[in-house]
Amino acid sequence: MSFERIKEKLNILADAAKYDVSCSSSGSNRSNKNKGLGDSTGMGICHTYTEDGRCVSLLKILLTNHCIFDCAYCVTRKSNDIKRAAFKIQEAVDLTINFYRRNYIEGLFLSSGIFKSPDYTMERLIAVAKKLRLEENFNGYIHLKSIPGASDELMYEAGLYADRLSVNIEVPTISGLKLLAPDKKHEDFTKPMLKVKNEILLYKAEKKIIKSTPIYAPAGQSTQMIIGATGESDKDIMYSATHYYKKYNMKRVYYSGYVPVAEDSRLPAIGSQVPMLRENRLYQTDWLLRFYGFNVKEILNDTHPNLDIDVDPKLSWALRNLAEFPIDINTAEPRMLARIPGLGMNSVYKIINARKYRKLSFDHLKKIGVALNRAKYFMICNGNDFTHKDLQAIQIKGLILQNSQGKFRANYSAQLSLFN
Amino acid sequence: MNEAKILIYDGSFNGYLTAVFQAFEQKLSIADIQKEENAQSGLFSDAEIIYTDVIKSKRVWNGIQKKNNTAIKNIYFAFLSETKGIELLLYRYIQKLFSKTEVLHLNFSDDIVLKVSQLAKSVGREKHRMEAFVRFQLTKDDIYFANIEPDFNVLPLISKHFKGRYADQQWLIYDVKRKYGIFYNLKTVEFITLDMDDIHCNKTQKSNVFTDGEYEYQDLWNNYFKSTNIASRVNLKLHTQHVPKRYWKYLSEKKAV
Ligand code: SF4
Repeated sequence: MSFERIKEKLNILADAAKYDVSCSSSGSNRSNKNKGLGDSTGMGICHTYTEDGRCVSLLKILLTNHCIFDCAYCVTRKSNDIKRAAFKIQEAVDLTINFYRRNYIEGLFLSSGIFKSPDYTMERLIAVAKKLRLEENFNGYIHLKSIPGASDELMYEAGLYADRLSVNIEVPTISGLKLLAPDKKHEDFTKPMLKVKNEILLYKAEKKIIKSTPIYAPAGQSTQMIIGATGESDKDIMYSATHYYKKYNMKRVYYSGYVPVAEDSRLPAIGSQVPMLRENRLYQTDWLLRFYGFNVKEILNDTHPNLDIDVDPKLSWALRNLAEFPIDINTAEPRMLARIPGLGMNSVYKIINARKYRKLSFDHLKKIGVALNRAKYFMICNGNDFTHKDLQAIQIKGLILQNSQGKFRANYSAQLSLFN
Repeated sequence: MNEAKILIYDGSFNGYLTAVFQAFEQKLSIADIQKEENAQSGLFSDAEIIYTDVIKSKRVWNGIQKKNNTAIKNIYFAFLSETKGIELLLYRYIQKLFSKTEVLHLNFSDDIVLKVSQLAKSVGREKHRMEAFVRFQLTKDDIYFANIEPDFNVLPLISKHFKGRYADQQWLIYDVKRKYGIFYNLKTVEFITLDMDDIHCNKTQKSNVFTDGEYEYQDLWNNYFKSTNIASRVNLKLHTQHVPKRYWKYLSEKKAV
C-alpha cells in the first residue's frame, strides 16, 4: 500500500464527506465480544473538534466521489470539475482499524457518491462494514449512508452490520427537491427509510421472544436537511422534520446550513454567508420538541413562520405567551419549569431536588448555578415578589438583549447592517 | 474533653477511608486529615499516623455505598481532584451523610454538598476528556503507548473504559505529572512506574521507539483533521473551548508539520 496515494485519497474523500453534519456515535448497544476490538455501548466520544468547532468522533469519508447524479447542492455532483478518487474496500477497513486502535475515532461514517447504480454502490458500502465486523472482530460504531434508491434487500443487509443508517433528505420540500436534485425522486429517500424503520420494529418485537435475534441498526436512523439553499421557511423545515421523526422514528434530524460549493443560478452564490445562526435556532427548536415537551405548532405557525434571529425560540415563545407566566419555582410542575426561558433540563432537575429541602430563593438558584439573566422575568421565588409583572414583552426583550452577550451577537449585527 | 486531632495518611484512597473509619470508631474530633508528604505532623502533638487497612476502608466504602451510590461516586471523584483540604471537606460530607436520613447528595442548597458535587463534576469532565484525548502510538514492542498530563488524578477512573475497548491490544497510558501509568497486558490492568528521560508525546522529531507505520498514521490523521475543516465556518474560539490548548502537545492532529 502506497502511503502517499492513501493520503491523497483520504484528503479528497474526507473533504467531500465533511458537509454531512451527523456526528453522533452514541445510542448503540454493541459491546465488545470475545476480546475483540472496540465497544459502542457508551455515550460516544468526541475525540477532537475541527477548527470550525464541530465534533470529530467518526472517520467520515466517502468510498468514492465519482457520481452519476448531478444534485446542485453537492460538491461531488457529476458536473463539478474536481479530482476524483475511490477507496478500495480493504483500504477503508485498514484506515478505520488503525485510527480506532490509536483512539482517534469511535468508528466509521461511510458514505459515497453513486457510481454505476444505487445498488452497486450500496453493496460496496456494506462490504466494508461486513469485513470490519466479521474479519476484524470490530465492535466500534459504524454509520452507513443509505444510497437513495437502494433496494430493500440491501437495506436489510446493511442494518445487520451498521449501528446507524441514514438517508439524507437534503431538501426539505418536494418542489425544492425537483429543482435541485433532478435525478432523484422523493420515494428514493422514503422507501429505504420505511424499510429500515420496519426492520427495526420487527427486530424489537422478535428480540422479546428470541434472545439470539441478530441486532439490526441498534442506533436507529437519522437524516439531514440543508438549510438556506432553497427559499423554505423555518416552519417548512420543522414541520418536515416532525414528519420524519413521527413517520420514520428518526433518532435525529440534522440541519446543515448550506455552504455554497459551486456557481449555480438556482442556489446562493459562492461566498454568501453560511446561515449558521439560523441553523442554531433550528437545533434549539429541535431540542424543545424532543426534550422540553413543546409542540411544533406552538413555536412555528402561520402567524409565526420563521424563528426569531435575535432571541432563542424558547424566549420567543415565552414573550408571545406572557399570560403563562410567572411560574412559581417552588411549586410548578417540571413541565412548566422547563418552559422558563434560560432554564435547561439540568437546572430543572436541580431545582426539583433542592426544593424538597427548603423554599428556594433567588440566592439559592444562583448558588446551584441557574442563570437568571433571562429566567428572572418569568418566575417567582420564595420571598421575591414578581417585580417584572408590569413589563411588556418588548421591554423584557430589550432588557434581556441589553444584558446578554450571545455568541451570535456579532453575527447578528453584521447581518442587520446588510439591510441598512 | 477530646482534643481535636490531625490524622496523617499515606495519600491513597484506602488510606483516607481508613482514617475516616478511625475517626468514626473512636469518635474523634477531627482538626484535619493530611497526606504524609504534606503533613507537618512533628509540629503537633495531637497528630496521629494512620496505617492503611483495606478491611477498614472497605467497611467505610460499603457503608457509604449502602447509604447512597451517587454519594460514594462523588466522594471518590472529588478525592481524586487532589484539591487542597479535600480530606476535611469530604469528612464533613460523610459526617452529614451518616447523620441524616434524607437523600443528602441531592441537596444542592447545602454548601458542602454543592462543593463536593462540583469537584466530582470537574473530575468527571477530566475523565471524559482523557478518554477522548489519549493518543496511542505503536511501539516496536507492539504496545500502544500514550502519555497524558491531566489536571486531576484520573488514571484509576479511565482504566475500565480502555480495558473494555482495547481488549485485543497491549496498551499503556502514562501520567507524566504523577509519574505512574496503567498497563494492560491482554489480561489485566496493572499500575506501573517508568524511568522516562524522554517524553514521547506528539513530536515532529521521530523516536525510534515507535514503528515507522506509526508516523504514517499520525500523518494521515493530521491530514484528515485538516481536510474535515470547513473554512467558511471557522470558529477558533469554539475550537479552543472544546480542545483546550494545554492538551495540544499530546494530540497528533495538532502536530506542526
Ligand atoms: S447523488 Fe449524492 S453524491 Fe451524487 S450528486 Fe447527488 S448528493 Fe451528491
